[in-house]
Amino acid sequence: MVDVRPAPIDLLVIGAGPAGARAALRAQSCGLEVLLVDENGDAGGQVWRPLPPGFKRAAGVPHSAEALQGDALRAELGRSGIQCLFGHKVWNVGSSLRTDLIGPEGVASWQPRALLVATGTTERVVPFAGWTLPGVIGLAAATILLKSQNMLPGRRTVVAGSGPLLLAVANGILKAGGEVTAVLDLASRGDWLQTLPSLASRPDLLWQGAQWQARLRRAGVPMLYRHGIASVEAGGKGFRVHAQQVDKTGMPVPGAASPIFEADAVAVGHGLVPGTDVTRLLRARHRYEASRGGWIADADPQGRTSVAGLYVAGDGAGIAGAAAAGIHGELAAVACAHDLGRLSAEAHTRERDRLLAQWHKPARFGRAMAGLMALREGTVASIASDTVVCRCEDVTRAEIDAAAREGARDMNQLKAWTRCGMGPCQGRTCGDVAAAVLAVHVGSREAVGCFTGRAPLRPVSLAEVAGNYTYADIPIPKAAPL
Amino acid sequence: MKKSSTSPAPSLRADQAVRRGPAMQILVDGCPVDAFEGESVAAALFAAGRRELRRSPRDHAPRGMFCLMGSCQECLVWIEARKLPACQVPAAAGMEIETLGFREQRLG
Repeated sequence: MVDVRPAPIDLLVIGAGPAGARAALRAQSCGLEVLLVDENGDAGGQVWRPLPPGFKRAAGVPHSAEALQGDALRAELGRSGIQCLFGHKVWNVGSSLRTDLIGPEGVASWQPRALLVATGTTERVVPFAGWTLPGVIGLAAATILLKSQNMLPGRRTVVAGSGPLLLAVANGILKAGGEVTAVLDLASRGDWLQTLPSLASRPDLLWQGAQWQARLRRAGVPMLYRHGIASVEAGGKGFRVHAQQVDKTGMPVPGAASPIFEADAVAVGHGLVPGTDVTRLLRARHRYEASRGGWIADADPQGRTSVAGLYVAGDGAGIAGAAAAGIHGELAAVACAHDLGRLSAEAHTRERDRLLAQWHKPARFGRAMAGLMALREGTVASIASDTVVCRCEDVTRAEIDAAAREGARDMNQLKAWTRCGMGPCQGRTCGDVAAAVLAVHVGSREAVGCFTGRAPLRPVSLAEVAGNYTYADIPIPKAAPL
Repeated sequence: MKKSSTSPAPSLRADQAVRRGPAMQILVDGCPVDAFEGESVAAALFAAGRRELRRSPRDHAPRGMFCLMGSCQECLVWIEARKLPACQVPAAAGMEIETLGFREQRLG
């Protein structure tokens, strides 16, 4: 008979980005036995994403700070001897925190005493006509393509949306030898200027931003502030991207000129949404905070959630950026070590206060950036009725509106009514925008809530989950006495 | 090595900061596609000009890689008997990949 008892561990950390990796390292130094799990091939998360296996950084060329920070973190993890399971997806977590994984060798289950969720964010893209065309990709996707795969999204790319990724992607494209047809930014120059006080705490990033701006100017890239994409049409050899001027909510300005750009790729994103799959699955209490990305688990400053033994850290706990995420991970780790009886109250208080003092500056900067990326209601209001919102199930805006008029009042009802969010992505792609559409009918984001978390968190086949199970493994209860 | 017919010029690969793994081929719907060891299957197909990976279930509209981080599931393909997001799988020499539509037709 196959042994199916989950393996015991003190702390299981899901996600090996800055928050999860730093948490694992800190927890280990407090004497906890730690397991670090990530679905990617190595640590680093999206911000410090590693090169693909077999790739090497070229000698004699300067590498980005992000590349070097990621390499340093991976080296530190390697030296630490922390048990890492990369290429493993968490597909289920039970109420006892039992965590079910699936990896290249099949399924495995672990029973941690504490679970730390550091699953980062997914990207929000507010739909427009043509956003499902192959060749239209997310801004975050473009950063992965550029810094990990070392590949351009196209020869001529329109970069559109909001937040700091716009400049990062546009510059990455130029650096890699591509052409940026235009940058369309929902923000105004004034919106960016308002972030300056918080940027003052990070002169390195302020300088980087200025260099990026200068490079785009030198390359003659049109920078259109307060502009978004009205539609992308496929035609001939590439795309025709129809831009439109918008107001500060993202709503198109009637009668304004609508420039057209020819491109063969579009990279577009409207901010990041905290990944709450696991905390929703465990029915932790959540709250809606638009300025921190949307729905986040209700947690204390050290990431303790409403569920005993369940912690959150990093951008998945509310967007504050990579630098703050690492410190947040350490804050959660010391909380966990204390709660599990491995760190004295005195040592815990000292470490917590020191880390909180460090966290403040980078978090202030990260939250200013999160503010630029917050969902703008005008972009949602202007989604055309025949535009697909839920990509997995081809559910249009009109169908969501119709369900709301017929009485769908929250996200689960919407799902049952229309299949919106019922596809393989589990609503990660459409959930935030679909909720914003429904909230216009119902009154608030709080009222419509979010999709109830359900296993499997990632698509798995029945054969994979069954693993080596045979009929002989099925316990046969004794017959009840007659 | 047999020359693939799908690679457009100029390449989307940018080699200023990196040395790629060895050049090799993968098999996509039975046809060889040039790629480099370790590239994600999604990126390799994208660079080869194969942007459409499948059709959407209701509208049968073309879809391709979108999030590149294993979340959106738009780039699902069959890779050696498992249905996986192509963006999460490193390409290896001789790897056999089938798009969902191709496999459906093959199996009738």
